[in-house]
Amino acid sequence: MAQPPSYARHREGGQPPYLYPDYGSTVKRAPTRPLIHFEHTLSEITGPSFATGWAGPEATDLTKQHTGEPLGERIIVTGRILDEDGRPIPDTLVELWQCNAAGRYHHPVDQHDAPLDPNFTGAGQAITDADGRYRFVTIKPGAYPWRNSPNAWRPAHLHLGVFGGGFVTRLITQMYFPGDPLLQYDPIYQSTADVGARERLIAAYDPDLSEPEWALGYAFDMVLRGRAATPFEVA
Amino acid sequence: MAAKLIATPGQTVGPFFSVGLDRPEWADMTRHNPHGERIVIEGRVLDGDGAAVPDALIELWQANAEGRYDHLHDEQADKKIDPNFHGYGRVATDVHGGFRIKTVKPGPVPGRGNALQAPHINVAFFARGLLRQLHTRIYFGDEAANASDPLLSSIDDASVRRTLIARRSEGGSYRFDFVLQGQNETAFLDI
Repeated sequence: MAQPPSYARHREGGQPPYLYPDYGSTVKRAPTRPLIHFEHTLSEITGPSFATGWAGPEATDLTKQHTGEPLGERIIVTGRILDEDGRPIPDTLVELWQCNAAGRYHHPVDQHDAPLDPNFTGAGQAITDADGRYRFVTIKPGAYPWRNSPNAWRPAHLHLGVFGGGFVTRLITQMYFPGDPLLQYDPIYQSTADVGARERLIAAYDPDLSEPEWALGYAFDMVLRGRAATPFEVA
Repeated sequence: MAAKLIATPGQTVGPFFSVGLDRPEWADMTRHNPHGERIVIEGRVLDGDGAAVPDALIELWQANAEGRYDHLHDEQADKKIDPNFHGYGRVATDVHGGFRIKTVKPGPVPGRGNALQAPHINVAFFARGLLRQLHTRIYFGDEAANASDPLLSSIDDASVRRTLIARRSEGGSYRFDFVLQGQNETAFLDI
């Protein structure tokens, strides 16, 4: 049987480390043994797929999931899922979750002293189209305090999960907003050493995506691991 | 060759991922009545203090009972796709750090070259405090094929190898704990 294609390894500094003491929760959860390196097999290069149409229109518009409209600044977040070679990833599941405009999650463990919004759950799903594009309508999440260090605040962010073509391409990340003064103080954002990689986490405001009198538009592409170059592709 | 795009870094799932990712039905991979031996895998997730991790998310990807992945790159013509088994599961830990998955035992799958891999389930593991996911595999203690599995054979230290192997309990279920640090630290994979 022919060798299956494999995926490229991550670049040094292009992903956050497991142990990053400025983010205190890593200290007791990061593995202490070196990871075991091995070459990809069918187990790594295959992965789950999700039927097109599985996520309906209400799943991509988080402002239409209740009887009333949620409070906050309405936003459109759209972009493409690509691999490192720029190839679009069609028909893949994108999952979104976030806090509300006041900075509170619809979650029993979140005890931040900010109001819940009865018209906002903060969860959505989309399947990418043939161009690898997804699009959500939601409201801009608020910043919120956390106990990592005294007076620490998380910058406003969306949580996003994507599958891609194989189990090794699985990505769960966060999208931030341009110009947020909290980014320079946030160890989760700062944990990725490579500045170019880190800045990929910040969406771009795009006036062409904004809809007049209705919502602000942000562009956010997510780039998944590409294929490893085979010896035949190296010039 | 065109310049490569920079890959998006991972970021932690945080403590509130169940808002968007919790799908309890996905913890039962037998819900569409697939072919094969039904099994239960249960265990706990523990941190470096031995404390329960109540906010971990475990994702599973496996071949069907014959050993075929439901994916276009699996071209094994001698094994059938099971229309009732897609191979993906997901479970979050409870307040005690416990989890329970129902699935079918996967068949053996090809490795590199002419190697055969022992039955296993691929795991992506997420939690608050993990800036990106960990990967590991769940093997089964009652499989003779473990002795010739390429990954298990590559691990010299038997105590490390053992952390990848689920054991049958008296009740019939398989037991597999994720230990993030310490003496019985789970072997995690760089893939």
